[in-house]
Amino acid sequence: MSSGNSTGSPPGPLPRRAFLRLGLAGLAAAAVGGVAAAAARAGERRTHVWQLDPGKCVQCGRCETACVLTPSAVKAVHAYDLCGYCRLCGGYHHPQARSIDSAAENQLCPTGAIRRTFVEDPFFEYTIVEDRCIGCAVCVKGCAMFGNGSLFLQVRHDRCVNCNDCAIARVCPADAFRRVPVDAPYLLKGDAR
Amino acid sequence: MRPRATRPAAGARRGTLALALLAVGALPGVPTAAANVQRFPRPDFTSGYTPPTLTTPAPRAFGLEVLDVALLAAALVLAGHLALRRRSRKGLLALTVACLAYFGFVRQGCVCPIGSIQNVALAFGDAGFAVPLTVVAFFALPLLFALFHGRTFCAAVCPLGAIQEVVVWRPRKLPPWLNQTLGTIPWVYLGVALLFAATATDFLVCRWDPFVGFFRFGAPLPMALFGAGLLVLGLFVGRPYCRFLCPYGALLRVFSRLSRRHVTITPGSCIQCRLCENACPYDAIRKPADLAPPEPPARGARRLAILLAAAPLVALAAAGTGAAFGAGLSRANRDVALALELHGAEADNGAAPSLEREAFFTSGLPEGPLFDRARVVQRTFAAGGALLGGALGLMASAKLLGLSVWRSRTDYEPDRAHCVSCARCFSACPVKPEPKT
Ligand code: SF4
Ligand code: SF4
Ligand code: SF4
Ligand code: SF4
Repeated sequence: MSSGNSTGSPPGPLPRRAFLRLGLAGLAAAAVGGVAAAAARAGERRTHVWQLDPGKCVQCGRCETACVLTPSAVKAVHAYDLCGYCRLCGGYHHPQARSIDSAAENQLCPTGAIRRTFVEDPFFEYTIVEDRCIGCAVCVKGCAMFGNGSLFLQVRHDRCVNCNDCAIARVCPADAFRRVPVDAPYLLKGDAR
Repeated sequence: MRPRATRPAAGARRGTLALALLAVGALPGVPTAAANVQRFPRPDFTSGYTPPTLTTPAPRAFGLEVLDVALLAAALVLAGHLALRRRSRKGLLALTVACLAYFGFVRQGCVCPIGSIQNVALAFGDAGFAVPLTVVAFFALPLLFALFHGRTFCAAVCPLGAIQEVVVWRPRKLPPWLNQTLGTIPWVYLGVALLFAATATDFLVCRWDPFVGFFRFGAPLPMALFGAGLLVLGLFVGRPYCRFLCPYGALLRVFSRLSRRHVTITPGSCIQCRLCENACPYDAIRKPADLAPPEPPARGARRLAILLAAAPLVALAAAGTGAAFGAGLSRANRDVALALELHGAEADNGAAPSLEREAFFTSGLPEGPLFDRARVVQRTFAAGGALLGGALGLMASAKLLGLSVWRSRTDYEPDRAHCVSCARCFSACPVKPEPKT
């Protein structure tokens, strides 16, 4: 492979070389076209986005740290229809909580991202404040262990930049991440599913 | 509907039950799949409370993805026009900054043609994965344009090129042997990245993208240091990523070599004034070749024969090395790593199980299919490694052969493979454009 090119060569071999170049260029174009056509064979016109399957997630905590965004594009979400509205919430209250109230030291969430609102005696509603949630899955784990599993993680598509290769997908120990079609971008629990 | 009076009692019971569960259910370190265990029934609210519904913000609209492709095509057309027809460094620089702003900072670097190689490779490796047409377009457009205009994608469209282009400060010339040697790295990187992508192991090019962290204002520390290091190096060695790492650049070199048109240093005919000799920060200007006189033909012919005879041997040896290397690399694959761990776990149970192993047990999936998948991946890695090694061996021979073949070059010209059409050298040439006839 030489780095020479045809311009400025003596007049003799010029046409031959130009002809060769044209042939090889045609070949190269055909190669790209062929590869592109073969890769696109499935006729997938939609784009994909990343989503995690809450049924596979083992709440390892890597969603918080592995996302290219800080804070992570993964947030806890709440399937209210699955929730037991427990007074003592496994996702909200620290297992060592002294009392079942909303004092900061009794809360499990490291950032205080869960809002607890009184509904009617003895029920409370738990809402994730997404701007505060860092996606650490601590509440999800608590809810899965002691509650109904109504708290779970999802990639929030108003935040996710849809990396070509999701950084969390690479390290998720449960292989919970997969590409989903853009028109069905969530893998939810509860009725919303 | 139960009577209102029983509510507090029910609630209290719920609380006690939860506390009991807290006491017995705390199994630290055991991962739990968040299954829907409806331990506590949903209450019947009497206060007219209706639970809110879960919000699902939509991803970016498909139309915008198509717009990105259109913008890419428009930028490529414009870059070709500015480099070849207008010969305007200022115009190219403006386009560079615009593309850096949009493809870099607005679109945050994804998807880009460099990374799209891997999506295409994955489509061949995994029949279940369909590449969206927009990504295919990102892969193909710059290559096709290179067949007509040279590497104008590098000149003004690629955000990674742009960020390096604007930091070039005191570029040093590198000795040719160093340029040549470092210039082979992109081929190795391309090969390994294809192998990793086709086996769904990793998208290495995305993971090791040095500059995407800048576009997103956040990167893990090692990557931030890598990117910053490359930029600092880029002050003195022009475009280190483009020249010595970029796998897409390797492809573009080939396509640009065959390009129909290409930028020329002089707008007219070269008068051999040598003023442009040091104008290129990327060591892409080739001197007239007769400055290095050809050796006696007999000696050249003998060397040619030796090289030709050695080529298959070199390729074979490289293929063997590649196969061994590939087998080692396959451990980076998730399935292979897990299978090896599970396999090893039967022998000794001493080591603490990884999260992956725990999660696999939690999932309750059988081991058989996992082992089968792992074996296929291992085999693909070995075969791919051999192929890659062989190809690199052949390429090395071809390179040496190329060096032995003397080509005449009478003028100062950009090397079509390595020139990124940045237009810096244009201003060094004192020749005025020939009037159009
Ligand atoms: S990385 Fe996977 S297992 Fe860990 S919290 Fe995220 S989805 Fe769950
Ligand atoms: S695709 Fe990127 S931004 Fe989205 S969750 Fe994964 S790592 Fe975070
Ligand atoms: S505990 Fe973690 S995942 Fe749950 S709301 Fe708080 S920050 Fe989000
Ligand atoms: S246009 Fe000139 S200065 Fe720029 S890369 Fe090509 S040869 Fe070098």
